[in-house]
Order: sequence, then structure tokens, then C-alpha cells
Amino acid sequence: MIANFGYKDATGEFYIAINTDKCDGCGKCVPVCPSGVLEVRDNEFDPMADEEMAAVTEEQRKKLSFSCSECKAGGSDNLPCVLACPRGAIVHSW
Amino acid sequence: MAKEYWRWKEYNWKDENIDWKEATTISGGVDVGSVSSQAVILCDGELYAYASMRTGSNSPQSAVNVMNWCMDGTGLRLDDLHFTVGTGYGRVNVPFADKSITEIACHARGAHLMYGPTIRTLLDMGGQDCKAISVDERGKVTNFLMNDKCAAGTGRGMEVFADLLSLPIEEIGELSFQVEEEPEPVSSTCVIFAKSEATGLLRKGWAKNKVLAAYSSAMAHRVVALLERIDIQKDFAITGGIAKNVGVVRRIEEELGLTTLKTKYDSQIAGALGAALFGKVLCEKKRAKQAS
Repeated sequence: MIANFGYKDATGEFYIAINTDKCDGCGKCVPVCPSGVLEVRDNEFDPMADEEMAAVTEEQRKKLSFSCSECKAGGSDNLPCVLACPRGAIVHSW
Repeated sequence: MAKEYWRWKEYNWKDENIDWKEATTISGGVDVGSVSSQAVILCDGELYAYASMRTGSNSPQSAVNVMNWCMDGTGLRLDDLHFTVGTGYGRVNVPFADKSITEIACHARGAHLMYGPTIRTLLDMGGQDCKAISVDERGKVTNFLMNDKCAAGTGRGMEVFADLLSLPIEEIGELSFQVEEEPEPVSSTCVIFAKSEATGLLRKGWAKNKVLAAYSSAMAHRVVALLERIDIQKDFAITGGIAKNVGVVRRIEEELGLTTLKTKYDSQIAGALGAALFGKVLCEKKRAKQAS
């Protein structure tokens, strides 16, 4: 499953997509984020699954364009969360 | 009191041919949305009863009210439900629920039953958000995104327009086609700004139906843009209150070049129905665990 966390507004589209077929819930993306955007929690989109997955916190979901701005300044090829993921499960839409 | 043009009809229904006393598993689903709440009761997986009403300011009370109305005339009491799942915006506020499950999973599961296993793309147009969901042949979510940061393309936006134009919400879908030619969509996506824009158009002498047409196509355009981020496939359906607004539905169909799947079920119960279907499975799992 691809879970798109984020929003679209007049300033653009801001989604962090987590591919649960790749993500195994290892959590390496969590501590590298300076804004605490990511966490590991139950896969709430598949109630029958037992595996955990990386997800955007409810607190950050609607303000990603601000929360991620610090890392974006370093170039979109250098995003710590994307680089930290050993399986390439994280993709930013912007 | 002034007429409330936004006010849609609340309703309940039950299948008189089913005797719940004979059911092994009675499962319930409650979808407490931001604008409306629905309850569904299944007897061994068969749809037995449902109800839909407006969500009040008190979510737990709304959950109780809608379930009570669903059970009205059936003789059922809350204690008779073997397993109940809460979903929707207020899912953690369903006092009698055994579990809460996100509405994205529940809508996918409910739509899978309502529209059949061929459904692949689902657009839920809710009271205050819009969700685009891809589903597999088992009703599992394969891709989703939602927009709940803005009221454009939501049921509440349409309620605001019904009030502004003094036209009953249940009629504005049809009325939006009673125009000589399709106008340009309103340019504002924000409901507040779109309302100001519409007021300006009315002042310019536009007929109400023409303003409605302009707003309905703006709404259609807005949600189609949302759908483009997931892979739209031909077996496509719309759920939620706006699914009952032919003015928006037909404009979405035209923009996508697709026809929406039709169902005998009420389009607003998808979430609660999915919750009740999960409730049945979880109840059986629980029993199996207790027996072993």
C-alpha cells in the first residue's frame, strides 16, 4: 500500500508517501528528522495486519511544507528521512 | 425561523425479512463524521439496519443517537451487539465500540461490498474532507490520499451554497443542469471566497442555477485533481453525501471520461458498513481465540 500523508492547498502539494510493501517498520527514519515528522505505528489502514509502519504524525500531517523546510533547504536529493530508509520506502511529492 | 436550505433528510431503514434473534453474529458499525453520522447493523454479514443523521456538537452522544435510531423498532439493545467498530473523524468517541478503525480502511471495505469486487478507485466526498482510495480485489487499500485541510469539494461547501442561493440541498444537483450553457467554473477553490465570488455573480444578474453550475464544476475539477495523484481506474465509484448530488457526480464523470458504478445501497453508509464488516471478522476471531 502507498499511504500519502499530507495535503494540497493554494501553495502546492505536500505529501510524504510511505510504501508499506517496502517499509518494515525499522524506524531508522524517525530519529533523523529534525522536526519529528515521522513515527512508527500500527498499520491502521489494514486492520487485519500485525506489522507496524512508518507514518507521519497527526500533529505534523497538515503542516509539512513548514516542518520539512529545513531539510528541503539542503536539496531534495539530501533528505535525511529518505536517505535513512534502507528500503527506499519514503518519497516526498515536492 | 428562517428555512434551513442546507438541511438534508435524516433516515433509517431495516430489513423486515431478517430476524436478528436467529443470527450467530450481530455486528455494528458507527461512522461519526464531521457533518453526518451513520450506523449499520449486520446479522451474520447481511445488512439488517442502518441510519444516518447529523452529527451534533457532542460526538459520543451522536454515536449513541445514531445507533439507537438504527435499532429503532427492532427490539435490539446496545448489549445485543456482539462486536461494534467505530470509524470516522469521531471514531475514538464511540463509547460502546469494541475497536476503532480508520475510515479509509472502512470505506474501502464497505465500497467493496456495495459496488462489488471489481471496484478499484473510490472517491469519498465527505462533509469536511475528501478521500481518494485505490482498492484491490479483496477490498484492501493499496493507495490513498485525503484532503482535510480545506473545505473545497466537500459536503459542507455545498450546504453553504444551498443556503446562499436559498435552494434545497437535495434539489441543487438537478437544478445545476437547468442552464442554457455551462458557465466557467468559479475560480476560487476556498468555500468562503467561492461564496463571495458567487454573491458577485448574482449581483451581476446571473441566475441561481448558473451560479450552481459554476460552483459544481469547480468542485468537480478540484476533486479530479486529487484523484490524479492516485492511479484512477475504470471501476470507479463515489461515496458520501455528494454522491447524491448528480450535478457534481456527472461533472466529475465528464471530466474523467468515466461512468461511476451504481449501487442499490445508500452511498453514505460505506464507512459504517465497512466498520460492521470488520466487526464481524473481529468478533469471529475473538470467539476462535476464546475457544482455543
